[in-house]
Amino acid sequence: MSTAAPPAEPQPTKPTEGPDERLVHRSLARRLMGRPELGAVVGAIAVFLFFSFAADTFLRAGSLSTVLYASSTIGIMAVPVALLMIGGEFDLSAGVMVVSSALVSSMFSYQMTANTWVGVGVSLLVTLAIGVFNGVLLTRTKLPSFIITLGTFFMLTGLNLGFTKLISGTVSTKSIADMEGFESARVLFASHLTIGGVDIQVTIIWWIALIALATWILLRTRVGNWIFAVGGNADAARAVGVPVTKTKIGLYMGVAFAAWVSGQHLLFSYDAIQSGDGVGNEFLYIIAAAVGGCLMTGGYGSAIGAAVGAFIFGMTSKGIVYAQWNPDWYKFFLGAMLLLATLLNAWVRKRAEANK
Amino acid sequence: MARVRTGARALGAVLAGVLGLALAGCSATGGKRAEEAREAQAAGGRAAVNTPKWTFAMVSHSGDGDTFWDIVQNGAEQAAAKDNIKFVYGHDEEGSRQAQLVQSYIDQKVDGLIVTLAKPDAMKGALAKAEKAGIPVITVNSGSEVSEKYGALTHVGQDESIAGEAVGEELNKRHKKKALCVLHEQGNVGHEQRCDGAEKTFDGTLKRLYVEGTNMPDVQSSVESQLQADPKIDSVVTLGAPFAATAVKAKEQANSDAEIDTFDLNAQVADGLKDGSLGFAVDQQPYLQGYQAVDLLWLYKYNSDVLGGGRPVLTGPQVVTRKDAGALAEYTKRGTR
Repeated sequence: MSTAAPPAEPQPTKPTEGPDERLVHRSLARRLMGRPELGAVVGAIAVFLFFSFAADTFLRAGSLSTVLYASSTIGIMAVPVALLMIGGEFDLSAGVMVVSSALVSSMFSYQMTANTWVGVGVSLLVTLAIGVFNGVLLTRTKLPSFIITLGTFFMLTGLNLGFTKLISGTVSTKSIADMEGFESARVLFASHLTIGGVDIQVTIIWWIALIALATWILLRTRVGNWIFAVGGNADAARAVGVPVTKTKIGLYMGVAFAAWVSGQHLLFSYDAIQSGDGVGNEFLYIIAAAVGGCLMTGGYGSAIGAAVGAFIFGMTSKGIVYAQWNPDWYKFFLGAMLLLATLLNAWVRKRAEANK
Repeated sequence: MARVRTGARALGAVLAGVLGLALAGCSATGGKRAEEAREAQAAGGRAAVNTPKWTFAMVSHSGDGDTFWDIVQNGAEQAAAKDNIKFVYGHDEEGSRQAQLVQSYIDQKVDGLIVTLAKPDAMKGALAKAEKAGIPVITVNSGSEVSEKYGALTHVGQDESIAGEAVGEELNKRHKKKALCVLHEQGNVGHEQRCDGAEKTFDGTLKRLYVEGTNMPDVQSSVESQLQADPKIDSVVTLGAPFAATAVKAKEQANSDAEIDTFDLNAQVADGLKDGSLGFAVDQQPYLQGYQAVDLLWLYKYNSDVLGGGRPVLTGPQVVTRKDAGALAEYTKRGTR
């Protein structure tokens, strides 16, 4: 710190007529209106009602569990991606990182003939290292995260295919289903339990746990304040002593951790991994977070919002199938739904801010 | 005000002009009208049976707007019309999401499922669920090796390795020494098998090239630079019909005299075979894959018939050359070959 910024002097409170605005009691409705995820919740309810009427199979328990599963596979990643967006950065390598993580785990176990848990552990280290790589490169070079992670995206895409072909001789990995430790790892990452006749995939539990953890970090810990501060104004945050570099690297590691969870899910539910998958999914995560109320410019948003965004996505993508619409129009409906949800979101937020 | 009115008048004049041109300048060849005339000739869409209106769903690994899958769908739809079937179709190029699509059709309790196994590992679980739900499954296109193991009734499609071997043999026949195998979808097992098969029977050397299939300029420039870099390449084999024309352009740009050959057929390829810009095409008859799958499911529901006896029902490879091109041109134009 060569140039010490002038410390933020506390402004002398102007003598105002009524009581301090910060102390004004706000009604429950108004406090709700101020939440970033409110628009997304309203949008989710709208999408839910829409498909309840448009597709008669949508409301069946089995269908809803499929929708929840689809939402959770996006949602697990959308939560840390939302945190990263609140912190003012993007990660375009997130989609491919999921597949990289699964590939490392599978190939390490197979080639070393090791217990699959060893592969899972190595994969965690490698994936976190990719997160650290993104974070360190970003904070050191001061280049936009768009550029840094785009580079990582391409490198990982190439590495995935290159290494898989080099090691396995084909584009997919060998099946590790008969290896030691597979069953227990499957329980953790890819099992499903039946509760009252409804199939609940374990990813849904991971998803809920991650939402809870992220919400707790954001709203109840010092790190949460750092994330908001870093995304709002990094220089100002640094000036008041927020460890900007550490926070950003940590956020990228969060994304990497979730990518590891998703990657292990892919591996243990399908035994083998296709090296070309995952491309383009990063946008789904970013869209889910944006629909859920995270500002593209950083400093505002919530983990619950991103989860609701992922849920809207899951409902839309599967609802179109349940409604048996012509799939040629699939992307159009998807885009229109997302746009509507985001517009609704923006409108609700504007009203909320006007009401403050 | 005056300016607005002149503007409106000018616009009216332009519109009238365009309309006039459209009416006067009719094309005597091709276009929508010719297509409609052809369609009128084709088989009508009436049901030939009075079995209940069953719903069959198909889930492919196709990307958006793929010509090949359009032909498969045409086949399926025409068989569905004949068999009094409601046919629904979904697709996703990502294995895990393709499996999710299958799951959502199982949730809807469809009466039959047609799936592709381009990414077999991802589809295993979904097929097991279909079996558990008592929904008969037929696999098409790719995945002949695992189809039976995963509980499907029959596999309808081309064995990709055999198709590749046919290419290698045809290249030998044409005295080629060095071939380029152009893969347009990274990570598609079927594509790898095609190149593997060709490598197996081809006496010369086979080089692989991965291109971005959804980005035609990239396909062209990649093939072009390969041809420039290695003048010994005397044949280029593309794995999909739309890429053959692009490879021809790349060859012209690179001033190479390599022969362009391709897997699969479309109208452009039929024309290319006719005018000699393409050597040969290996057709797997996608129309048959869609048509047979629906028909076989119907036969199973109606009469418990199963075809193939556990072996795949092969729809290819059929090596198509200049001498077949004339007859195929018409069928490719109406979207059934």
